[in-house]
Amino acid sequence: MADLVNLTIDGKAVQAAPGTLVIDAAKTVGVEIPAFCYYEGLSLQAACRMCLVEVEKMPKLMTACTLPVAEGMVVRTETPQVAAARKYMLEFLLTNHPLDCPVCDKGGECELQDMTFRYGIGESRFTDEKAHTPEKQFSPVVFYDAPRCILCYRCVRICNEGLGVGALGVINRGVVSEIAPNKGDHLECDECGACIDICPVGALTSGIYRYKTRPWEMTHVGTVCTHCADGCKTTLGTRNDRILRGNNRDSSGVSDGFLCIKGRYAFDFYDHPERLTTPLARKNGKLEEVSWAEALEITARKFRENLDARGAFGVIGSNHTTNEENYYLQKFARQVLGTNHIDHHRTGDVVALFDALGEGGSAGREKLATVADLYKLKAVLILGADLALEHPLLSFQVRANYRHHRAHIYAVTPGSVREDKYSAMSIRVGAPAGSAGSGPRWEPVSGSGSADGDPSGFYHPRNAEVSTADYFAALEHLRDKLKAEPELVILFDDSFQGNDVRRLVEFGNSLGIPVRWVCLVDYSNSRGALDMGIAPELLPGYEPSGQPGMRLHEMLAAPLGALWVVGANPYEPAPGGTSPERRAGFLVVQDMFLTETARLADVVLPAASSYEKNGTFTNVTGELQRLKRAVNVMGTKPDLEIIGFIAREMGAAAALGPWAPDAVFEEIRKNVRGYDVPAPVIASGGAAQTAPLNGRIAVEAAPGLVRSEHNGLFASGTLGRYSRVLNSVLESRVGR
Amino acid sequence: MTFSPELEARFEKLLTSYPPGRQRSALIPMLLYAQDEVGSVSDEVIDEVARRIGVTPLQVNEVLSYYTMLHRKPMGKYHVQVCTNISCLLNGGDKLWEHVCKRLDLGNKEVTEDGQISIEEVECMGACSWAPAIQVNYDFHHFVTPEKLDEILDGLRKKQ
Amino acid sequence: MLYNEPSPLETRVLTRRFGIPNAASIDVYLATEGYQAFLKAARMKPEEIIEEVKISNLRGRGGAGFPTGMKWSFVPRSSPKPKYIVVNGDEGEPGTCKDRVLIENDPHQLIEGVLIAGLAVDAHAGYVYIRGEYRYLIEALEKAIGEAYAKGWLGKNIQGTGFDFDLYAHTGAGSYECGEESALLESLEGKRGVPRIRPPFPAVVGAFQCPTVLNNVETYCAVPAILRDGGAAFAALGLPKAGGTKMTCLSGHVNKPGVYELPLGFPVMKMINEVGGGIRGGRKLKAMIPGGSSCPVLTAAECEGATMDYDSMAGRKTMLGSGGVIILDDQTCMVKAAMRLMRFYSHESCGWCIPCREGTTWLRKILVRFHEGGGTRTDIDLIGDIAKNMLGRTFCPLGDAAAMPTIAFVEKFREEFEDHLNGKPCPYENATHLVTA
Repeated sequence: MADLVNLTIDGKAVQAAPGTLVIDAAKTVGVEIPAFCYYEGLSLQAACRMCLVEVEKMPKLMTACTLPVAEGMVVRTETPQVAAARKYMLEFLLTNHPLDCPVCDKGGECELQDMTFRYGIGESRFTDEKAHTPEKQFSPVVFYDAPRCILCYRCVRICNEGLGVGALGVINRGVVSEIAPNKGDHLECDECGACIDICPVGALTSGIYRYKTRPWEMTHVGTVCTHCADGCKTTLGTRNDRILRGNNRDSSGVSDGFLCIKGRYAFDFYDHPERLTTPLARKNGKLEEVSWAEALEITARKFRENLDARGAFGVIGSNHTTNEENYYLQKFARQVLGTNHIDHHRTGDVVALFDALGEGGSAGREKLATVADLYKLKAVLILGADLALEHPLLSFQVRANYRHHRAHIYAVTPGSVREDKYSAMSIRVGAPAGSAGSGPRWEPVSGSGSADGDPSGFYHPRNAEVSTADYFAALEHLRDKLKAEPELVILFDDSFQGNDVRRLVEFGNSLGIPVRWVCLVDYSNSRGALDMGIAPELLPGYEPSGQPGMRLHEMLAAPLGALWVVGANPYEPAPGGTSPERRAGFLVVQDMFLTETARLADVVLPAASSYEKNGTFTNVTGELQRLKRAVNVMGTKPDLEIIGFIAREMGAAAALGPWAPDAVFEEIRKNVRGYDVPAPVIASGGAAQTAPLNGRIAVEAAPGLVRSEHNGLFASGTLGRYSRVLNSVLESRVGR
Repeated sequence: MTFSPELEARFEKLLTSYPPGRQRSALIPMLLYAQDEVGSVSDEVIDEVARRIGVTPLQVNEVLSYYTMLHRKPMGKYHVQVCTNISCLLNGGDKLWEHVCKRLDLGNKEVTEDGQISIEEVECMGACSWAPAIQVNYDFHHFVTPEKLDEILDGLRKKQ
Repeated sequence: MLYNEPSPLETRVLTRRFGIPNAASIDVYLATEGYQAFLKAARMKPEEIIEEVKISNLRGRGGAGFPTGMKWSFVPRSSPKPKYIVVNGDEGEPGTCKDRVLIENDPHQLIEGVLIAGLAVDAHAGYVYIRGEYRYLIEALEKAIGEAYAKGWLGKNIQGTGFDFDLYAHTGAGSYECGEESALLESLEGKRGVPRIRPPFPAVVGAFQCPTVLNNVETYCAVPAILRDGGAAFAALGLPKAGGTKMTCLSGHVNKPGVYELPLGFPVMKMINEVGGGIRGGRKLKAMIPGGSSCPVLTAAECEGATMDYDSMAGRKTMLGSGGVIILDDQTCMVKAAMRLMRFYSHESCGWCIPCREGTTWLRKILVRFHEGGGTRTDIDLIGDIAKNMLGRTFCPLGDAAAMPTIAFVEKFREEFEDHLNGKPCPYENATHLVTA
């Protein structure tokens, strides 16, 4: 590392790496230099002039946000000259800024308010008329109030640089400059709302949250988004048991502040009018509302009867319930119901990856990439997925890695992807569905600028015919380039399954460089469900179960005595198809909504959503984070509690142990390989990587087991169906 | 969108006048020359120029809305621009502006009903030593008096 | 074409061909020692060219007055990147109209100056950025460039020297701010005319992120004479620290407004009374803006003994600027002048930084109201205060350009501001209600 530079800030000796900006160097010694336009990680603007400081030997005040440290530099941030500059800068800003703080969403957490309080003057000398322009609605979720805008350009930069979308720009000139959306009067973008979060004032406001509350009336609960597998932390602002907003105040955990539309807005399925809040039981062929006591009694009685009759049980777990729930469920299935017929909808072949990586003995964490690795490692290879739409956080990290470190990005995908804009090389594989042709089909597309930049252009893999031969041919084309990289992360989706995953790992190993892997999976706890042994062939921690039970589709086809479905919708019709016929004798379903599966059930138990319970999730990169209950929905219960109550009703509770999330988590930490994560890190909202790798996994490969839904930004399985925001965004697009 | 062969030739020259990969440099000239031919920077012009240069329409809009000579709405066939900045002001440029407003019964950047003449109060256009000055489209007129302005306007009417 | 009669008091170096029939054609240019300076420079080492320019004491003619030779020496010749020559022909400073006549009457002089700069810094391409309003000049320059290519003074292996150079005319589209060098470069790259963060300066990271020499039209036009006659001869025309002549644009209330080439150090009163033919209508001089609207105004008293050069003006806390000399007679309302200029600056502020965007707007609102008779006594101090709060704190010099003259107007003509306090419209003239942009 280069020698550190010595300088003095407000009389304090500071050491900083060459190139460090004075504004950042000051932070290291506890000196705050105010700024609006400066935002770590985004390009420099020097526009707001709040960070002007005095530097010895410089004739004018300097912007600390653009000034790199220099040896012997003497900086003063609290002189009368600096104080005056700040004071009058704020006076300038407030000349046209409306003082509608009492009704502004941002009031109470506004940076302009805070700065005025700290550095401003108590009165304004501005007596002339303020220019007013009406508020504009850019999209269902983004509103823009130009007079409030202080033109710090944070929104423009986060959209362009951070998201790679570039949906916001600056139009006009001088005092009538304003932020404009990409489609004339409206936005067509990821609708991620990052622009709203990053806005220091109330210029950009959220369609969901606006005029709902004062910020200080809310309780802020840091938990994990329940949609995709990336595991972003979301901070839910709640009041009176209602979730009013999601944002990224809590920049702990894997995501460090990133959120997409789902994390920020799509919590709203939780209070959908169709949410189940009363247990249902089938009476005379119809589902009727019953008490919890009755529903539990029926369930326990039916289970007991089936046990006594030596009937077969099937259990279908979920990829969006907690680790604790899944662990407890499989324990229940195996110990109480005595069955290995337990499975869930798998969305990525994690098992094959772990098996292949385990070849030649144990393999550790160094073979599995973390979310942070995607930002740090020198090269990234993306196979199959449209990362920006299916895994927005991972895509954000990769993009930042390119932006800040010039990492080499390779994308081998069926359709054009956002990564094409800056990839070292992009390759299109396969051909549009229905087209003829033989032999491997792949074609490099030029690196930069090959994507049209239209974020709505999601090329669903279903629309393409791609074979793994296409992928491997493309990989051979990349081989020399990849070999020259010092290190690499490979991300692959369900295009690779079973032996193809093993072949892919062999390819990775043959490069002779350190490679870290990510097997892409769909839902908030897809990875956790496998880790917890919601699989007929695997116990928790990828221990073979010995006698593999039925797989999910086999259970549906079998005349089971009882089928127990927890947080899944296996009877959902395939696109364009029909629901499978119910064969099980007794069907109990735990869910939030009356899904196709719930409609077939004998007993439906209304479950709490992830926002209404405690527990842990394991994200796509195997990083474990804590869920924290934000609200309660009357009438529902967390799945763990429901499972526990069924156990109690059956008299099996003692054998299974307590069903408190913390207690089950402790059991997981002790018993599940790779889950010995530091409890304090998790308890304090942090993330820790699990790595349940240990040699080969002695189970038989089963092709066709894995199916990713490839949900884009505005879809999220069952949850997405009940999110008003996701639907309104989709409708706003269709309507145009 | 198609343009005249002359304009196409100009575009072609512009797109090769800058270093490789820097064809965005042609953006402002292309917009201005396209406006000269089309009458304004229409949505169609924005999309077409964006496509040819390889930027988004938003990026074009950001740029065009910055420059005062680029108009989203058509100005008159004859765009009369009156300078009222300091050197012209000292020589009656403001009176000239009032005169033309009254004479044509138009406000700033308004167009006569027949679409022939529009007027604009402009900033210094570099004719300070020969003030007051006006420009009709790109043609300068120096030492303009209200009477001379009337003559010019009458001349424009006759040209129609 | 000339728009005013030349003055016998001029020192005609840059304007030496003005008035010759067909002066703008390459034939006339070549017949009058044209391109000989380039041929001479092509035989010199680059550092010798730069040294000659340093000796000439040529300072940037765009307004800032930075020594040209020094600016050229900042270009890293060893950089593997291509280098560019950019000509600032955005001439937008109110009161300034000199680049226009230089390009119109002698475009090849500009081309030759650019070629010599190219030799000095190893650049092989150049762009002449001309404000959009000067469309006829772009056409004139393109014609001259075409002639130069045809006769082998541009293109590959120019006149067998082995030196290649391509030159392009580039139009702006209406923005004063694009006269600021880094904003001009942004505009040249097809972007909004918002200045860049500096350092790095254009000499190191300029056009297309490459080392760039960026000078005013007049600066380049002076270069052929410097190489032809020697830097010392050019320097001797002016003052010890500021060589040569300056294109001076006389405007406002003089009998003979026009563009004149005067040696640096020319006495101000002589310029007004003899070159300019005195104040019009037999009135008296009230004030002078010496170098375009951004330069603080001088009172008649301050004009006494002043000379047209950098130091004399600096001594009077103003600037030589771009050479736009605006003469204001004793009937001029200084509040109106200040108001009109602030309307200009707020219209032209790019809006990037807060103090300029909000400061010029606030000042415009106050000054318009004030001039219409709606001012209060506290406004007078406030105007000065707001301007001082902008000063030195803006992103680019436009903020200072708006603030400095405003401070001068209030300080030097305070009584005129006070005269506007009687609640009636401007007492200095019949009621005028200006349209406010």
